[in-house]
Amino acid sequence: MTGRVLEVTDLTKRFGGFVALDTVNLHVNENERFGLIGPNGSGKTTMINCVSGALFNNEGTVVFEGEDITRMPAFKRAQLGIARSFQIPKPFKSMSVLENLRVPLEYAAWGRTGHRHIDEQAMEILELIGFADRAHDNSAGLTQVDMRKLELARALAAKPKLLVSDEAMAGLSSAEVDEILDILFKLNERGVAVIMIEHIMRAVMRFCERIVVLDAGKKIAEGLPDEIVRNPDVERAYLGE
Amino acid sequence: MKISPFWIITVLILIGGYLFAEWAENQFLFFAGYVVLQSLIMAVAWNILGGFTGYVNFGSAGFFAVGAYTAIALHQFLEAPLIVLIIIAGVVCGLIGLGTGYLTLRLRGVYFAIATLAMAIVFESLITNWEYVGGSTGAYVITPTEVAFFDSYIEMLFVLMLFLALVSVAVSRYLSISRIGQGLAAIRDDETAAECMGVPTLRLKLISTTVMGAMMGVCGAPFPFFVTYINPLSAFDLLIAVNSIAMPMIGGTAVWFGPVIGALLLGTIQQIITVTVSSELNILIVGVVLVLFVALAPRGIVGLVQDVMKKRRGK
Repeated sequence: MTGRVLEVTDLTKRFGGFVALDTVNLHVNENERFGLIGPNGSGKTTMINCVSGALFNNEGTVVFEGEDITRMPAFKRAQLGIARSFQIPKPFKSMSVLENLRVPLEYAAWGRTGHRHIDEQAMEILELIGFADRAHDNSAGLTQVDMRKLELARALAAKPKLLVSDEAMAGLSSAEVDEILDILFKLNERGVAVIMIEHIMRAVMRFCERIVVLDAGKKIAEGLPDEIVRNPDVERAYLGE
Repeated sequence: MKISPFWIITVLILIGGYLFAEWAENQFLFFAGYVVLQSLIMAVAWNILGGFTGYVNFGSAGFFAVGAYTAIALHQFLEAPLIVLIIIAGVVCGLIGLGTGYLTLRLRGVYFAIATLAMAIVFESLITNWEYVGGSTGAYVITPTEVAFFDSYIEMLFVLMLFLALVSVAVSRYLSISRIGQGLAAIRDDETAAECMGVPTLRLKLISTTVMGAMMGVCGAPFPFFVTYINPLSAFDLLIAVNSIAMPMIGGTAVWFGPVIGALLLGTIQQIITVTVSSELNILIVGVVLVLFVALAPRGIVGLVQDVMKKRRGK
């Protein structure tokens, strides 16, 4: 049975008096390529912070693979199989690329995969995304696109069932966007459900099977990519009246 | 089973230390050695939180003094043997360390450092006003003139300190090379990312602060028996706090042997200067060397050596 890997119900998040997310419902199916879009400040990042555990929501529930994780700290969610990449890359700067991957392999994936051959597992992931030649480079000296790749490689090393990719392509050139997209497709082929948060519509349209649109903390549309681009509400949210 | 060279060397050093104590005539060597070993333990302890975990703190002297005064209080109250005092001082300071760990939930960087400094000052005022342990006038400890297996009390203290130092280094090395060390390094580099990669950041930080506190407490407990007279001013000495930061910084904070190198080097230089020039010059030397290293070689001696080796390999 293909079930739902993530189910968010009536999620509300307030910052003081400001309602960042207002009773939002969404779900992600197993192995789905899911898009979450919306104008700046619409609550996308707040949503994934609530999913990954960086923030706790005020109301509503987050259910991952049938387990209620609403009050679970972030590191436990990572151990269950929720991985995320950061909008602004956060590499472990004192470590090499390979060592960066050791951290999730030794923590997030530790309980679920073998404890042996950590370095081999890390190299395997680097080879998968075509990054093996940089394994021993210092992660602080990487270029922007390589840092994005490292973010994804590290997320992959957590052996996730759900990957949240937070604007992994912002500021990259068209060719670089394609490189990152290839990596995400490869991940998805290995059975990982992906939530893509992105402003680059070309990438979203190519990648996503289903899209949810947020605007000012509310869900305003949900559907296939083709339906979303033709939706008048979405157009209004992005372009105004 | 394969025994790593580290353990063989550790045991050899301990045996060597004991034989040295039996043979050496000059009692000054034990006093000087004790002081160097004391700063070595402090440096190793500081580095677990400050170096591995990235939480710089100024509270070292506070933990050290609480360890010393726990020993004094228990000595007055129970007349317990030194080894018991050391263990209890370790437990007390470990618990204070655990409390400090919860501070890291809200405080980072400079704010955490200042909070630990404030904590040390609070402890100092408490002890200054606690008459039972001597208050501001201080307390005397009369040490026995004869001890089993050793020629004098100071020899026993020296070998004891050597043992404690080796244990501290072993603990620090374990924390550094194990899975815990990888997690601590991740916290130091980026706490948010670490948490999202499944690292239980709070738990690891609590381990780090507790071990740091316990080690400093253990280090402080024999101090009153070493100096035989202690007052808040000497226990909360600025030099203790400065040394425990300067030594890891000079040696290199990222690896377990960095503070060991820093402490042996700086500690020995300090002892030599105390004898040949003056004890007041100590603090100046530490200050100047620290500034030089922070400015010119922020990764310490270990970092310098690594850079040189990298260049050689590149050629």
